[in-house]
Amino acid sequence: MATLEIDIRLGLPDFTLEVAHSFALKGITALFGPSGCGKSTLLRVIAGFERGASGRVALGGEVWQDRRRFVLPHRRGVGYVFQDTRLFAHLDVAGNLRYAERRAPLGGIARSDVIEALDLGPLLRRRPVRLSGGERQRVAIGRTLLSHPRLLLMDEPLAALDGHRKHDLMPYIARLPGAFGVPILYVTHSIDEVTRLADDIVALSEGRLLAAGEVAATLERLDLPPVSGRFEAGSLIQARVKGVDRKFMLTLLDVAGQEMVMPGMAVPEGADLRLRVRARDVSLARRRPEEISIRNILAGRVAEIASEPTTAFAEVLVDIGGGQHLRARLTRASVSDLDLAPGAEVFVLVKSVAFDRRALPREADPGQAGAPHGARQGD
Amino acid sequence: MIAALDLAPIWLTLRLAATSTLLLMLLGTPLAWWLAHTPSRMKSLVEAVTALPLVLPPTVLGFYLLILLSPDSTIGGAWVSLTGDNLTFSFSGLVIATMIYSLPFAVQPLQAAFEAVGRAPLEAAASLRAPPRDAFLTVASPLALRGYLTALVLSFAHAIGEFGVVLMVGGNIPGRTKVISIAIYEHVETLEYTQAHALSALLLVFSFVVLALVYTINRRFPVAAG
Repeated sequence: MATLEIDIRLGLPDFTLEVAHSFALKGITALFGPSGCGKSTLLRVIAGFERGASGRVALGGEVWQDRRRFVLPHRRGVGYVFQDTRLFAHLDVAGNLRYAERRAPLGGIARSDVIEALDLGPLLRRRPVRLSGGERQRVAIGRTLLSHPRLLLMDEPLAALDGHRKHDLMPYIARLPGAFGVPILYVTHSIDEVTRLADDIVALSEGRLLAAGEVAATLERLDLPPVSGRFEAGSLIQARVKGVDRKFMLTLLDVAGQEMVMPGMAVPEGADLRLRVRARDVSLARRRPEEISIRNILAGRVAEIASEPTTAFAEVLVDIGGGQHLRARLTRASVSDLDLAPGAEVFVLVKSVAFDRRALPREADPGQAGAPHGARQGD
Repeated sequence: MIAALDLAPIWLTLRLAATSTLLLMLLGTPLAWWLAHTPSRMKSLVEAVTALPLVLPPTVLGFYLLILLSPDSTIGGAWVSLTGDNLTFSFSGLVIATMIYSLPFAVQPLQAAFEAVGRAPLEAAASLRAPPRDAFLTVASPLALRGYLTALVLSFAHAIGEFGVVLMVGGNIPGRTKVISIAIYEHVETLEYTQAHALSALLLVFSFVVLALVYTINRRFPVAAG
């Protein structure tokens, strides 16, 4: 597994981009942060588009940039999917694909595989101006794959698309690392895309590295300002579909040996899911509540508490067994009233669940778990 | 009437325009590319120099060229020792003078086209392993096609209609430097109005067709952006 080593500095109008990190390139790594935090610029530095950056960039021991060397972009073998696609307007779709194919090293990715994987067949004779936003992005991804990149850089490929097309395109992207053996660095400011697509996350803020690691572990860390912002902060948990309740149209889930339910029945039995639970949708109780509308009540034990002295709030991390955690956002007054401390036994009340359509493990076809996106469990 | 017309100036003019336009395209492209992409502070100065022929009286330009190209000057002298021929009052000298006089007509449309294409498609080409020259030929140039067509047509037309600079640098030597505009001038001077009419009408129709062509090109080939 190749490692991408970066230790770079680049002055930007509002701050200095300064990042030193080793990316263990496996699957999809999200470069995450708010707009204007320097994540796209970092991607451009890796591709070799920012000559002004100083420092070192190396992939698997092959140095692309240091004090003495600067390998030009076309020699790096890095594929780049741009937010604005940058299809060549003077060529049709087939011509765009051929452009990449002709310049790719031998033994590359097969054209027919790419056309099939991205459903490009019906588009081949069309000009880029005659394509929809989603179609353009699929062609751009296909074109990049055909250049047989060692590393695929994607710069907010879904940002220009509306909600429906976003979700249509996500399964295609999720499949890429497995189907074509290409690791992906994926720039996004959407926590939704991170939880649906990424294995690892590297979070940036104002040009600095905020946190890096496996997605679920990084999102539930309490010692960091929430990388996703207060509103979306939460945790990821894994669940297996136990069955469906046809009468009430619910899906029954097994989470660390405990039962949860969510609305809808489109997920096949036995499928593994990744659920995202926002901290503000989680409440805690010292005793199991009765006669309450909330259906998702899990037993757990407080693992960690982080108070925010300057606000009314505290974040509590609860161990629900099986190595899984839920993050709850409470007032500090509640923490005090309930006498919460690490080790305390609590019941976790989950008001709403958003689930990640992508099935786990990765080999499973993401298209199978085709329940409506973002189904939320009402209370 | 046409039979009485001396065709030599017409052929000479076409040869001069074709030669100078071809050379201008070859030399103007890198200059336009540089102007479109350089961050250098010299850019404004170079742009101003390139645009000089638009505002200078042809006689001023012709006068300096005459001095620059004369056998006594460094350039003119070097040319004589290389080829045994003078640059002044010769076809080669006319080609050089025409190229300088038509420079803005080639460089400005090309520069505008390259600027419209921008860096984005070039980065896309580089990310697909295309070296810079490859990217220039296979991506930037086709996307800048309209600029090339406009530059080509305008340079050629401008070379055809030139008078002042040619007179200063080339004089009026039949078969060597006597182009259409000079021939018209001579016909008028010698009161041969019939011939002057014929040649003038030819240039008028030609100029109209060229301009109509340019505007059609601008409509048909909108600058293609990625």
